[in-house]
Amino acid sequence: MIELKDVRKVYNAGKPSEFVALDGIDLSLEAGRVTVLKGPSGSGKTTLLSLLGCMARPTAGRIHVFGREITSLPERFLTEVRRKTFGFIFQQFQLIKGMTAIENVMIPAYPSGERRAELKARAEKLLEMLNLSHRAEANAEWLSGGEAQRVAIARALINNPAVIIADEPTAHLDTKLAREFMEIIENLNGGGMTVLIASHDPLIHESPGVDHVVTLKDGRIVSQGAFQCS
Amino acid sequence: MRRRSNCYLLLTGALLLLMALAFGHASMVRADNTQVFQRRAELVQSLGLTDLCLFTDARYCRHPSMADRNTAFQDNPMSFEHFPSGSLFMPPPHLKERTDEVD
Amino acid sequence: MRWIEKQRNILDFTLGSLLRRRGKSLALLIVYSLVIFMLASVIFFTHAIKKEAAVVLEGAPEMIVQRLIAGRHDLIPKSYADTIREIKGVYAVNGRLWGYYYDPTNGANYTLMVDSDLNDTAGSIVIGKGVARNLPGDNYGAIPLKASDGSYLFLKVGGILPAESELVSADLILMSEKDFRLMFGIPDEYVTDITLQVRNPKEYTTVATKISQLLPDSRPILKEEILRTYDAVFDWRAGILIVILLGSILAFLILAWDRSAGLSVEEKHETGILKALGWETSDILLMKFWEGVAISLTSFLVGILAAYVHVFFFASGLFEPVLKGWSVLYPEFRLTPFIDGYQVATLFLLTVVPFTIATIIPAWRTATIDPDTMMRT
Repeated sequence: MIELKDVRKVYNAGKPSEFVALDGIDLSLEAGRVTVLKGPSGSGKTTLLSLLGCMARPTAGRIHVFGREITSLPERFLTEVRRKTFGFIFQQFQLIKGMTAIENVMIPAYPSGERRAELKARAEKLLEMLNLSHRAEANAEWLSGGEAQRVAIARALINNPAVIIADEPTAHLDTKLAREFMEIIENLNGGGMTVLIASHDPLIHESPGVDHVVTLKDGRIVSQGAFQCS
Repeated sequence: MRRRSNCYLLLTGALLLLMALAFGHASMVRADNTQVFQRRAELVQSLGLTDLCLFTDARYCRHPSMADRNTAFQDNPMSFEHFPSGSLFMPPPHLKERTDEVD
Repeated sequence: MRWIEKQRNILDFTLGSLLRRRGKSLALLIVYSLVIFMLASVIFFTHAIKKEAAVVLEGAPEMIVQRLIAGRHDLIPKSYADTIREIKGVYAVNGRLWGYYYDPTNGANYTLMVDSDLNDTAGSIVIGKGVARNLPGDNYGAIPLKASDGSYLFLKVGGILPAESELVSADLILMSEKDFRLMFGIPDEYVTDITLQVRNPKEYTTVATKISQLLPDSRPILKEEILRTYDAVFDWRAGILIVILLGSILAFLILAWDRSAGLSVEEKHETGILKALGWETSDILLMKFWEGVAISLTSFLVGILAAYVHVFFFASGLFEPVLKGWSVLYPEFRLTPFIDGYQVATLFLLTVVPFTIATIIPAWRTATIDPDTMMRT
């Protein structure tokens, strides 16, 4: 489903602060699986997530998403691929303060031109699925950590993506909430969702719902779980 | 949840409607005042008036079209004003542009 | 349909964004509206005055001949009228008697004028509404006017000019020729100036030239020049108008500069989130466009409407202290709403458009932010 061939990512190329974040990455991710990227800080997890989720372009190499090469796509089309294919859960959730939970959920779908009533109905359904209907009208800054996380998940799902990408989703949560998060992920995966998680958290690495683990170090893959690789 | 764009579009619509009403009101008043203008013009004609009564603090302010170049304490129309009203308007064009032939 | 829904969705978000910065947005709206209000009030007032003058002064004399001695007005001999009558094409040559009277009891200046209709009723005057307001009580009786020889003329108020004519007659005192000459000690053979008509309008300048040649100490003034005087009144290039204009423009530039100085940290962060969530650069710029329009269009409409009410319903009350100057006698009039759509459209183009652009441009850089950056924030 997502294929990376000899991908390399260099930041600040040609400058004194040049930094090779990823080098020689060959990776194939199959649909319907939960994949975890693990490794120490600076190993390239976030960069790899960015490339997989079409948030950045590689310096070298090719990336295919659902058979379509996206490496040299113009920004407009790349954004469209990103919006339709991927849903993102950021490290600190990045909800917009001052907006309600349901408004935050609807934001990614605004530019699509969908009728608001339909959009709102979909957002309400997602919040219901995540047991958050009673907090739909609460402002984002009044939500607890667990509630904010579930709003972030609902937001990631609003455009019916094929892939959910989560960057350190449990970094600011206690064990109970971290377990709840993985339960939600497992449920989504049970429904056919492909999930990509970058995390330090051993709770996630050892979770029974995880199909594959990719270990990174210094921008290279040092080991991989039970999925196709070269 | 009331939609914000609806509120904004309603407000803008109301303001635009008010503006249209203002233009309509202006048109109506202009039409209503036709008789008033006529009566004023008749008064102007019968008395031979030449200026609007806007400023009554000094002669050259009261009758700017009749003002001479050398009103008391003034050297020329471009000199500093002595009366606040004089600062509000330019000297009449014919005082600045008149050629010697007619002056 | 989809396009409309997209605009409405983004507008919803934009308005929410403005409401999140409620204080700043409201302050901006108020200041912007005030600037438009000032500018529009001045535009409406000056345009209306000019139009009224053009309409009303159509009845002004076609030509007036004054006499100048040592550069100052002087009385003109009636014999000059005889000379003028000889000029071909000239008719209806008449002398005017008018002058100024300062009333020390209330500090008002009046314009005294001879009305031939009153020549048979010496001792009786007709006064303008403004004069009437300056007199004590309602029953005016006889007004004492100090004559040039120090004695007092007691003239009975026989009538008051209609209120609707205040714009031209507020300070007038009309009297008989006998009373006027007695007041000012003007000999019978002199008048203040001479009015005349010309059969062929194309001959105005020719006749004026002839008069100047025949009577070198005279100065003819054409009606066209009288009308142009009021076109030049409140010219935007002069006087109080340019002060108000410059002040308003400066305030507006400060507003626009504040917008264009860049986004706040909070705004940049918000933009980054939107990019990461799948908003394109064009969507971000569209949001900024709606933000600019929401503020500037609302302010423009509020300012224009307030200006209209101010000028045409409240008789430009805020300008009154400025317009009144040192005048004790100030006419009460309500201007007829003459509105120049072209000026309103120009004001729109010169305020709403630049402000909207000033809102979009600084967002450009942030809008093109790499969404990858958000992953690392």
